[in-house]
Parts: sequence; structure tokens; C-alpha cells
Amino acid sequence: MQNARDLKQYKGELTGALNNEFLRTAMDNFAMAYRVSRANAFKGMDLDGLIADIAKGKDYAMAHMEELLEQFTRNAKALGVTVHVAKTAHEANEIIGRIAQKANVKRIVKSKSMTAEETLLNHHLEDLGLEVTETDLGEWIIQLRHEGPTHMVMPAIHLSRDQVADLFSEVTGAKQSNDIQKLVKVARRELRRKYVEADMGISGGNFAIAETGTIALCTNEGNARLVTTLPRVHVALVGLDKLTPSINDALRVIRALPRNATGQAITSYVSWITGPGECQSSANGKKEMHVVFLDNGRRAIAKDPLFSSVLRCIRCGACANVCPVYRLVGGHQLGHIYIGAIGLILTYFYHGREKAKNLVQNCINCGACKAVCAGGIDLPRLIKEVHARIQDEEGHPLQSQLLAKVLKSRKLFHALLRSAKAVQRPVTGGTPYLRHLPMIFAKDQGFRALPAIAETPFRDRFEAIKPRVSKPKLRVALFSGCVQDFVYPEQAEAAVKILARHNVAVEYPMDQSCCGLPVQMMGERESSRSVAAQNVAAFDPASCDYILTLCASCASHLKHGYPDILAGDSRLEVKVRQFADRVIDFSSFVHDVLKVKPEEFKKDGKKTTYHSPCHLCRGLNVTEAPRALMTIGGLEYLPADEEDVCCGFGGTYSMKFPELSAELLKKKLANAEKTGAELLLTDCPGCIMQLRGGLEAKGSAMQVRHMAEALAERLK
Amino acid sequence: MSDSKRLVDLFTVKAGLVSAIVAPVKSLDEALAYTVDICEKKDACQILMSGCESDLSTGAGALCDEKPSKVMVAPGLPGETFAALKALCADRGIHCLDSGMRKHLGGIDIGFTIADAGIAETGTLVLDSRSEELRLATMLCEVHVCVLRTSTLRETSFDAEELVRAYCKDGPAYLAFVTGASRTADIERVLAIGVHGPLELHILLLED
Ligand code: SF4
Ligand code: SF4
Repeated sequence: MQNARDLKQYKGELTGALNNEFLRTAMDNFAMAYRVSRANAFKGMDLDGLIADIAKGKDYAMAHMEELLEQFTRNAKALGVTVHVAKTAHEANEIIGRIAQKANVKRIVKSKSMTAEETLLNHHLEDLGLEVTETDLGEWIIQLRHEGPTHMVMPAIHLSRDQVADLFSEVTGAKQSNDIQKLVKVARRELRRKYVEADMGISGGNFAIAETGTIALCTNEGNARLVTTLPRVHVALVGLDKLTPSINDALRVIRALPRNATGQAITSYVSWITGPGECQSSANGKKEMHVVFLDNGRRAIAKDPLFSSVLRCIRCGACANVCPVYRLVGGHQLGHIYIGAIGLILTYFYHGREKAKNLVQNCINCGACKAVCAGGIDLPRLIKEVHARIQDEEGHPLQSQLLAKVLKSRKLFHALLRSAKAVQRPVTGGTPYLRHLPMIFAKDQGFRALPAIAETPFRDRFEAIKPRVSKPKLRVALFSGCVQDFVYPEQAEAAVKILARHNVAVEYPMDQSCCGLPVQMMGERESSRSVAAQNVAAFDPASCDYILTLCASCASHLKHGYPDILAGDSRLEVKVRQFADRVIDFSSFVHDVLKVKPEEFKKDGKKTTYHSPCHLCRGLNVTEAPRALMTIGGLEYLPADEEDVCCGFGGTYSMKFPELSAELLKKKLANAEKTGAELLLTDCPGCIMQLRGGLEAKGSAMQVRHMAEALAERLK
Repeated sequence: MSDSKRLVDLFTVKAGLVSAIVAPVKSLDEALAYTVDICEKKDACQILMSGCESDLSTGAGALCDEKPSKVMVAPGLPGETFAALKALCADRGIHCLDSGMRKHLGGIDIGFTIADAGIAETGTLVLDSRSEELRLATMLCEVHVCVLRTSTLRETSFDAEELVRAYCKDGPAYLAFVTGASRTADIERVLAIGVHGPLELHILLLED
């Protein structure tokens, strides 16, 4: 739950979470175990195809929400179900409260429902004097602790067996041991009584199937079956986004939901409830059944061209499971009610700006969530969009406005970088690192040494090193990105050296500027758009075969970000498409296009490991080329654990959340060092800045190089 | 390998993965004998498994005292099958019922059912649970024994789609997919079986 007033207080809470040892270990174990079980669960299945089908099915359903609602209502009504539609969370709670009062209900049992969490239903019912008991074990635990969930599937994942034992001791008034099997049995007995006494059962619904008027529920514990069977009244509270045309749609989602959630092939129980059946505890022998549909903005979201895709969410929780930030700080800090990447977005729509404003900044843009999302939702992009909207509504922070202004003018930006070089001289102490940062930048940055600005930027060196080729095999335009232009020009030089060997003509369009990702990350849409347009204009895409960049983040932003950012600008539509189609990263270009051979390199068998940049492996789906290149280049490649997990750089993220950045870096370096390699390679200057800075700060001898440097150094 | 053999093998493997106990039986009589057997072998204090050994709050503890002797429930069976089961139970002093589950909310030893279909790919039983007695029987029991006719096996859930549709079109209906025993991993992600429903699931594959 989000209660922090401002970013400062939120950061304080993050620090608290980082210091929670149990949470850290639990989250680490979970993250590692989840990877393996998910991979096993989908083994042999066409996962991409399944995700695409789910997305298509959900998009269709959401575009036909009203018809489906009408059809569902007709079918359910015919069987005696009362169907309600609530516009707001409060209205849903009131409807359910009234149903309870009218049916003279005293006690209620609930099975797990994120929608009921969304509306804070329990509070409302308790205020009416009703006794409400959650029967899902995890939900019951957090209900007893008066907390919100920390995971959408495993709500009590943040708690230890000792905490649960203490809680249960309190509840039963008898000392309970911390044996998990025994604790579960205590819950079994305690809750059994609750079912027996309850007059009303409230469930959620994974599906509201229009063709039959069926509510389908997936559970492992089986509590939903008791909740919907024993009491005489059943109320299902269901988001309008759960409407689906047919049983076929539900079966398809069920193939992905448990696999993506917990690595199970299917949940222990799937219940298909169609209308009110017999119920012996009711006076007329028949169940009283209600379905309450919750709108709470869903109808409008369904019509939003950008955000409608969030309604594809099947609440599997996978986007939290793989999120490196979630792994560090847990669900209370990375969500309000809805948790993880989807929570960052939904909080804004369902619970408001105040709850979302800090949260939404805490995304490092690693793309891990997008890569596993069962609905194929472009979560990181929507998170940035929410951030931008909040800033538009609340006003932009000064720092972000400044950066936006500076980046919009390439000349101003580059002039500033050049003058920064002059003033940094006294603080570098003759090393390539900024030893004593001016205080304003230095805050909490001690975990890594930051690089100094290079003596001569790449743009000033280019003319001298430009390959002189008469009949070029290919024409390449180089996009250096700011870091290689002004901090690590030697990396771009190394690339040019390899290109020259292969008879490739290279251009360096001088009007190119920052790719704009930093301002996009900070929610400065206007500036991001303007920079993108400038870069497209600077490169005349039709005049080259490839636009090569050595920066994974630039590459994925240029290739996938630009067409989105510049969409709707009719003057640029063709150019931006041509531009994006030509963008390629260094490793893919050298491996797939130039097809370099081992004979070109001196083999020295140096022990080498790799960091796979987020924006390369997920942003561009490039995984094989760099690994193959290490072997071709004569290095001995030693794979590290979690090579594709974020290094914690994230551009401006590491300035805003240095503590989290430092933790991610620590893990990354530990994994790299464990391999025993002397050399750490990667394909992104941003990652290099982070990795090298971290190794320097801890005094490690391991070297960090860009793939281009490693190859150029070994050219025969 | 015949198609039916392949499905049986697949089902057996997949159900085993979720710790269901799968055994072949040649006849319904054999299934009944098997069921009465495990009921008899079942620890007399079996109910302990369900939490009564722990100190509970007074109300919850009272439920534990409600159970007189071993109880087997088998709602919805054809008359003669139920009669045969009842006779077997009577021999061994087991209380055998086909209705009145609500009187046994404290716990039932064995719930015996016959599945309507099986899904091999996930080791899933499909059970028409329209009858409240059947639903309760399969939820309140500590051990659920279910007979699955191999002729009703299908490979994937999509192969069961028409069946699901037919039940749902004929409402009011309550159809259940049951895969393994009731489970949770809500405390420290440690798997625990039998949080609300059965602690064990036995599937008796009846070749027909
Ligand atoms: S992009 Fe990465 S950091 Fe951001 S929400 Fe997704 S997984 Fe988490
Ligand atoms: S957004 Fe995607 S990954 Fe996250 S819970 Fe929803 S479906 Fe699952």
C-alpha cells in the first residue's frame, strides 16, 4: 500500500525494505526458482503464439465489452442470477452491502479476489457490522495482520513462518509451532468453522463467459468451491475486463495463467459456475446468486487507444516475479493494491495519482516484465506514459524540465558537455574517473566511480579515422549516443576499425544528438519527441544500408521507441519507419551481417564473461550473436548466473534511486566474479559505466570492455 | 502405441506430477474394494492430519469432536453400485452415506466419485458437480477416490471444450476440473497439501 507523502518518504520506505533480511532472501529465492519453473511449465509449447492469441482474444473482448455484458446478463438472468453493474468501487461495495442486508446476512466468507481488494470491500462490509473472513490462506493471514497483499497470487509472500506462527498463536489463543505443514492445518480447521457459519460467500471471477453466463474460478486451495457452495448467498465481484465471449477463450487463458503465475500446468481446481444451483442451507433449497460487475474506469480504458491493452491482464503476477526492483523491495513498496509492473499502471487509474506518483518512478525500464507478460502488454512503455501524464497533471520537477530543455537543443547540450570537461579537470586527479563529484551530483553515488568526460569527443575524432573505401560493400551511418560520443569515444573507434577491415563505408551525421531515452524515462514527452525528430532528420535513412549503434539502449529506443513516439506525425511517418528498419546493434551487425571469422582474430583464450544488456536481450531479442562473437574472437566464454538481469544502471534511474541501483550492481558483479573471468564484456556503454564504476569502487581487477573493443584489440 | 494407451500414460505421468496416486483397476468392483481398503487402512486417528492435534480456538476445536466413526461418502452413484459399496463398508464397520454431507462438516474420511471425463495433458478430472452433495463430498473428505473411465480421456483441455459447453449450456450447472489434491504455497512458498480440501487424491483408471 502506498501512503508515502512524497518521493523522499517513499525512498525511506525503500531503504526499510532493503534492510529487511528475510524479505530479501525470500525474494531472491523466489526469483530464481520462478525462472526455472516457468521455463519447465512452458517447455515444448508455442509460448509466443499463445501470448499473441490471448492478446488478440482479450482485445476483441474489450472492444465488444458492452455486447458481452448484455449477452452475459441475458444468459445469467435466465437462470435466476441477479446481475449488477457498479460504476465505481464505492458503488460496488454498496451494492454488495445491500445484498447482504436484504438477505439478512451476518457472516461472510470470501475467496481471493483482487477486485475486492481494489474496492476495499472488506472495510465497507465490516463497517456495516458484518463479519468477513478471507479463506485463501495468504489472504487470511494478511487480513489478520491488517495489511494489503504483496503479490497478486501469493499475497503473504513477505512473511516468515515465525510471523505466521505468532499470528496464529494470537488467533487461536494457543501456542503454535512454526512448522508450516501444521500451520496450514490450523488454518484448515479454523476456517472450516467459518464456512459452516457463513450465510454469504463472496468470490471473484477469473472469467465471466458471455455465451453461457458462466463465472469460472481458478484456485489451488479449493476454498472458492466451499465459499460458493456452503453459504446460501453467492456474490461474484468481477471486473468488466473479465468478460469473455466463449469457453474457448477461458480455456486458452487457463493454459497460460497457472504456468505463468507459479509454473503449474493448471490450478488444482477450476470451477465453472453457471447460475444458482441447489443449496440445502437455503429455505427454498436454491442458492441466491449475484454477479456484480465493476467498471471503475474499465469502460473508458477499453476505449483508450494506448491503455486499452492493460485490460488484457490476467492477473498472473509474472510481471512482479521477474521485476528486479520488486525482487529488492517487495510488493508493499512496488504496488498499492495491484502489484508489480501492472500495479504501477493500474494504481494510477484505480486508486489515483497520489498513490501512483512515487511508485511509477520506480521502474528501471529493464523490460523483464514485458518479456513474460501473458497478455503481451508493453508494460514499461505504459509505465512511462503514466509517469508523463502525472507530470503533466501535477507539474514537472525542475530537474526534469531543465534536462528536457537542454536536450531539445543539441548545440546547447553539447556545449555544456564540452564545458563540463573543462571544469572536471581538478577532480579527476589524472584518472579517467571523477574522484570528487561536486556535491549536487555526488549524493549516494559512492557505490561506483563515475567516468570523466573524454578529452576529445568522438565527433571531433571521426574525420581522422573515417575509413577511406572506394567501392564499399556496405554503407553504414553510425549513431554513437552521448556516452560514446563524450565519455567512451574509444569504443566507437574500435567499431570503426573493424568496419574498415570489412570494406564498409562509415558516415557520422554530425547533427545527431542524444537518443532521447533519458527524457522519455523522466516523463518529458515533448522533449523526447523533439529529439527523436531531430535524429531522424539528421540521418537521411534512405542513403545508408544500416544505422549502427554500439549502445543497446539507444538501439532499442531508436528501433522500437521512435515509431511509437513519432506516430501520428505525417511528415515523418515514412522516414521514421525507414530509420527504424535500418537500426542494428553492434554484435548483430558484426556477427550476422559482416559474418566475421575466427581467422581474423588472435586467439588468446582470455577468461571472459558477459553481461547481457536489458535493451539488447529483451529490447532487441539479441542473445546468440554476442556469445558467439566471444568464441570467434578467441576468448574463453564463461557464462555467469543471471546474465540477462539488469545491472542497475537504467540511466537517470541510478541517480534517482542510487540505493537500489547499487544493490542490483552488487548482485551483478558478484555473479560475474564468481565465474573466475578476468574480462567482463557487454554491448552497452551505459552498462559499462555502471559495471566499471562498481568494480573500480570495490578495487576489483576485473576489466570491463565493450564487445567492439575486445574484438578490435584482437584483430590480426 | 495405441492412442488410448498413450493418453493413459500421459495422464498417469501428469497426475503423478501433482502427487495424485494413480492405479489401474479392472472393474468397478475392484475400485470399490480398493476404496474400502484404504479407508480401513487409514489411520483411525486420521483426523489428526487435518489439524485436530493442534491447539485450536474453542469453536474450531468443537468441530473436531463431531466425527463419530470412519465415514465414507459416495453421492450420485448408480443404485446398485452404492449398495455394493455400502455392503463392503458395513463388513468393516465403516459408515457409508450418499447424502447428508452438511451433517459431516467436521470431516469425512473418504469421498468416492466417478469422473465424467479426464484431461491427459494436465492429469485433470472433470466432474459434474451440480449436486451439492457431490461437491461437498469431494471437498470435505480427507481422501478423494475417483474412478476415471479411460474411454473418457481426452488429450487437451480444448478436446474437452464441447463437453464443458454442454454442461454450461444446461444451467444451473457447476462443473469442476480437479487436478491433484488441495494445495497451497502461501507460507514461505513451501508446498502444503490439503489446506481446505482433500489431503490425498486417488485416481482409479478403469479400462472400458
Ligand atoms: S521494466 Fe523492469 S523495472 Fe520496470 S516494471 Fe518492468 S520489470 Fe520492473
Ligand atoms: S500484466 Fe501481464 S504479467 Fe502482469 S499480471 Fe497482468 S498478465 Fe500477468
